[in-house]
Amino acid sequence: MIRFIDVYKRYPNAREALSGVTFEIATGELAFLTGHSGAGKSSILKLIALIERPTRGQVIVDGRSTAAIRSGGIPQFRRKIGVVFQDHKLLNDRPIADNVALPLIIAGVSRREVDKRVRAALDQVGLLAKERCRPLELSTGEQQRVGIARAVVAKPPLLIADEPTGNLDPELALEIMQLFRRFNEVGVTVLIATHDVHLIDHFPARRIVLEAGRVIAGGTAAGTPPLEADPHGMAPLYPTAASVPPTAVPTAVPPTASVVRTA
Amino acid sequence: MATALGIWLGRHAQTFVGSLGRLAQQPAATAMTMAVVAIALALPLFLNVLLQNTRAATEQWNQAFDLSVYLVRSVDPERAQAIAKQLRTRSDVAQVRLVTPDEALATFRAASGFGKALDALGDNPLPTTLIVTPTLAASTADGTQGLEAHIAALRDVDLVQLDTEWVQRLEAMLEVLKRVVWLTAALLGMGVVIIVGNTIRLDILNRKAEIEVMKLVGATDGFARRPFLYSGLWYGLGGGLGALAVVGLAVALLAGPVERLAGLYGSRFELRGLGWATGLPVLLAALALSWLGSWIAASRHIRAVRPS
Repeated sequence: MIRFIDVYKRYPNAREALSGVTFEIATGELAFLTGHSGAGKSSILKLIALIERPTRGQVIVDGRSTAAIRSGGIPQFRRKIGVVFQDHKLLNDRPIADNVALPLIIAGVSRREVDKRVRAALDQVGLLAKERCRPLELSTGEQQRVGIARAVVAKPPLLIADEPTGNLDPELALEIMQLFRRFNEVGVTVLIATHDVHLIDHFPARRIVLEAGRVIAGGTAAGTPPLEADPHGMAPLYPTAASVPPTAVPTAVPPTASVVRTA
Repeated sequence: MATALGIWLGRHAQTFVGSLGRLAQQPAATAMTMAVVAIALALPLFLNVLLQNTRAATEQWNQAFDLSVYLVRSVDPERAQAIAKQLRTRSDVAQVRLVTPDEALATFRAASGFGKALDALGDNPLPTTLIVTPTLAASTADGTQGLEAHIAALRDVDLVQLDTEWVQRLEAMLEVLKRVVWLTAALLGMGVVIIVGNTIRLDILNRKAEIEVMKLVGATDGFARRPFLYSGLWYGLGGGLGALAVVGLAVALLAGPVERLAGLYGSRFELRGLGWATGLPVLLAALALSWLGSWIAASRHIRAVRPS
């Protein structure tokens, strides 16, 4: 689903954000992108969503090289990617149902279908009862769930999230992560950038570890570090995490992951 | 089962009404913009109304290209008839009317109210006059001047008066006024484009975050631009109707005094206001100019909004 081949990114008048990044994520996989702030996590997500373009190297999303997508094709391209932001990026002047409806309206879905799917998406994140509320009437955690509902409402095959739990306390963060896992379980490829290694210890998924613009671990599914090999060596925080054995990692990767290994 | 076209039309209708709702949320700012558009359109429109009315008022005079041919006092009636007859044979003359001194005096007496004073004169001082009306084809400045030269050269003709000079001056003045109207309209039309464009630009800057989010979830520039184009149309509609109202009011206020003035000149002239024939094009022009302004601004500034 996502493949980075020797990707460099340098912003104008700034240091190199990515230096020779290579990794892949298979269709249906759930992966974490970790590393300290400034390690290049956001840059990778921006390259995937075509918010930025690489200085050098190739980014392939859903079988298409992003270099081949002209600016006129970007809107169509983005409709296949659900994006969740740390700051939610909700429109505060309208009810959350209208926020969630936005991708569908943009895609030209009929009113009746929009209503149906918006309610389904809000139901999935547990906010159906608050559909007429405006974002600022909700808690930060609820706002983030609205952001997730908006990202998944158009049923994109790929969901990317930039620090989705950055502003949340551990309990809410866990809830959000479980929400992502549920979407992954129904076949959505999910890539989550986070610096919260304690939190993701609860989730048996591959970690792509970045440091100063380079991938230092987890670039391919085969190279996934087992949980014990976490470079930060932190113990899991949550009791539920302890119940997840490290061997669960491969089961979280769907069969298609074998494609990744051969690459 | 809604068709794609139905969905598309539905979205447009929704955006159309939605943009009005958004404008209604800031009634003062919206009214201000519409008022500026209205005033900018009302000025050339009002000038045009004045021009049209001046045209209408002077139309009948424009037709009066008659030549007054005054014969020498000593001419006898037979000679006068002969000259009239000779002129009637010309291809550029439509009609020749002979006015004897007696007839002229009678007319003057009736029109001027100097009856008693004229009686005191004893002798009739008025000459025999021929009123020569050129054919319509010859009623041009050049044509009448040729005719004038010919008649002036005839024996027993004292003076030929071709009173078209003032008509020509009036024509020229109206032509200047017409150009002024067009120039004003062009400049203020440009003003409308700029005013609406600038309003839309500020609106886009205010809603930059919203446009960014829309683009992030896959909106095309066209989709993001649509509500702003509709705002532009609303400004145009409001401004156009405002301009028509302002000019209509001005005409209504002037109609009474103008009628009285025309009455004093013995004319039944009435000030003509705005009909559909003027109103509709003005409204369409207002919509087109505002749409153009919003289109230019929205296209430029929405393209510049990039999510980061």
